[in-house]
Amino acid sequence: MSALKIKKGATSHSAYNLRPNFSDVEERHTLALLVENEPGVLARVIGLYAGRGYNIDSLTVAEVDHTGHLSRITIVTRGTPQVIEQIKAQTGRIISVREVHDLTVEGPAVERELAMFKVAGTGDKRVEALRLADIFRANVVDSTLESFVFEITGAPEKIDAFADLMRPLGLIDVARTGVAALSRGS
Amino acid sequence: MTRQMTGAKMIVQALIDQGVDTVFGYPGGAVLPIYDEIFQQNSIKHVLVRHEQGAVHAAEGYARATGKPGVCLVTSGPGATNAVTGLTDALMDSIPIVVLTGQVPTFMIGSDAFQEADTVGITRPCTKHNWLVKETDNLSGTIHEAFHVAMSGRPGPVLVDIPKDVQFATGEYTPKAAKKSHYQPQLKGDMDAIVELVEAMEKAKKPVFYTGGGVINSGPAASQLLRELVEATGFPITSTLMGLGCYPASGDKWLGMLGMHGLYEANMAMHGCDLMINIGARFDDRITGVVDKFSPNSKKAHIDIDPSSINKVIRVDIPIMGDVGHVLEDLLKVWKSRGRKTNSEAVAKWWKQIEEWRAKDCLKFEQKGAVIKPQYALSRLEALTQKYDRYICTEVGQHQMWAAQYLGFEDPNRWMTSGGLGTMGYGFPASIGVQMAHPEALVINVAGEASWLMNMQELGTAMQYQLPVKQFILNNERLGMVRQWQELLHGERYSSSWSESLPDFVKLAEAFGAKGIICSDPDTLDDAIMEMLTHKGPVVFDCLVTKHENCFPMIPSGKAHNEMIMGEVDTSTAIDAEGKVLV
Repeated sequence: MSALKIKKGATSHSAYNLRPNFSDVEERHTLALLVENEPGVLARVIGLYAGRGYNIDSLTVAEVDHTGHLSRITIVTRGTPQVIEQIKAQTGRIISVREVHDLTVEGPAVERELAMFKVAGTGDKRVEALRLADIFRANVVDSTLESFVFEITGAPEKIDAFADLMRPLGLIDVARTGVAALSRGS
Repeated sequence: MTRQMTGAKMIVQALIDQGVDTVFGYPGGAVLPIYDEIFQQNSIKHVLVRHEQGAVHAAEGYARATGKPGVCLVTSGPGATNAVTGLTDALMDSIPIVVLTGQVPTFMIGSDAFQEADTVGITRPCTKHNWLVKETDNLSGTIHEAFHVAMSGRPGPVLVDIPKDVQFATGEYTPKAAKKSHYQPQLKGDMDAIVELVEAMEKAKKPVFYTGGGVINSGPAASQLLRELVEATGFPITSTLMGLGCYPASGDKWLGMLGMHGLYEANMAMHGCDLMINIGARFDDRITGVVDKFSPNSKKAHIDIDPSSINKVIRVDIPIMGDVGHVLEDLLKVWKSRGRKTNSEAVAKWWKQIEEWRAKDCLKFEQKGAVIKPQYALSRLEALTQKYDRYICTEVGQHQMWAAQYLGFEDPNRWMTSGGLGTMGYGFPASIGVQMAHPEALVINVAGEASWLMNMQELGTAMQYQLPVKQFILNNERLGMVRQWQELLHGERYSSSWSESLPDFVKLAEAFGAKGIICSDPDTLDDAIMEMLTHKGPVVFDCLVTKHENCFPMIPSGKAHNEMIMGEVDTSTAIDAEGKVLV
């Protein structure tokens, strides 16, 4: 598929990215797929991952081009370099997948995730939760006398860090959207 | 010009526009409007199979023997689920087929209606792509797109699921090629990579061409270019099971098939080469043996139209993504323009080494005693069918490997066998598909008795359409390959690998109105084969062969190409614990 955007590797003269040697070390990659928004397209993608035993750390999907009916699927996955290459090639083979971008190797990218945390507590713990939320620039989107719902946006690591801090302060529920990512620059 | 018509009419019209002349199918409630349209026209022949699995394998046989897509029409629910094995088979072997399935009306989808199944869900992982058509206006466009997807890039099976109300409703017919598909796989290979391969070929001391089904799928021109390349360079060539016929078996550069039951010289050449040129093959596990020890000292080039095949199993040094025909054309051009150089002195030395391996004569056997050896039966079949316009199908098992070893293929599209999926029951329906495509040709299905019984109901189809397919059954009253593995791996405990209660194949044939022949005597084998060949209708040939013959040579599981078992040896040590878990 011509849309398979795999950048030329330093050691290869072909369009296929070859590393000098195949490492056993697992890498985390963020892939952005542009897919035709038709029934079953998400099932095709995740069915491929399930069928071939690939990992999904995070997955987000939404239509991004309403006139062209194109959706963007952002998948955070992990595997050895060989497995990552396979994942990209196998994904690119799906007929409804128009483009595959590996944001991890295509240059700098920004990754953001939105999360909501429900924290219940009173007294000092409640004050501390509010103070930390302020430091993390989390917004309070719901409040009762015994609880807050914080909304926070950031890189997944920042959200993990916030979750770690909220846990001893009465964290009772979390909802995360998964990662959305875009390459930097034009 | 817009044309209004019913969905059912649209389907037939789209098939006609796609140049379809034959459809293999089985009617049912959800496809009745389509069958009604088929009834009222004469452009397309419909072949009524006896089981939907047979329809798909017949379409596969048709596709492989013609290079055109095979077409099936089956009903919803069980019709669709029965097609699943054939779809998976076609996906594994990259065979272009288009399967049209009926579906319950759109307003009943999801209600567990009679004969409802989630067909697109079930077939998503076993098709290259599939569609559920919910609007009659989209129907013909989808069918045209389905043909395009099945035939473009790496070919494969596609399925279009059509609810019954969509077949009845009227909509606008979209002609073929009215809309350009987004799916346009890259055909030309990267020139830098091709030059890199030519440079490697110029220097190679011990080169080998390792070819596969991709050459056949690329079309007859690709086989022609391959032959030119092999003759011009003088490099040895081997092929996978799927690629047999892409280079003539009578050619002097031909090493025979490689792989688990490949020829000694072919496997040794793969193991010892310094340049491996993979053309349209996929480093399947039947080919590589244990991956860690696979051809340890070679530079590897891989030409494949499917990017996911490259570096999937074996890391290659020169990957070239593109269609075999296009890449070979450029490769030849570049090689010629650079002065047609090879390291001929070193290659001559390499050939001397190969001749030593060849001298082992690894397929040698001795026909002695009163029982027909399967190898002998196939050697005689080969000798007696030389002058025929011949197509060979097989089932799956020992007989399949012996057929690959003892029959020679001079041209592409002459050999139909289930490689990737290994589907017992493939060969008989496939032979029906081949015979439909080539009514005058000699079509033989080399079978084992167990495989053949899996789709023997298609004898009814062969009789109905008077298709003179020859079913050459090597009957050892065993599941031969299973039994061989039990002998090698499980202490000769033959658990359920006996064919008990076998039918009388002659009477069985006669019950359908076909001819049955039984032969158990090596001395009368030639006459019996000639009787089969000269008979004008379908023949079931029950060839009683040695019961405990093993298929050799063999790369035992977990071993490398240079660790082949050549014949009856102490097999208890041939496979170690690690190899035992492999299939």
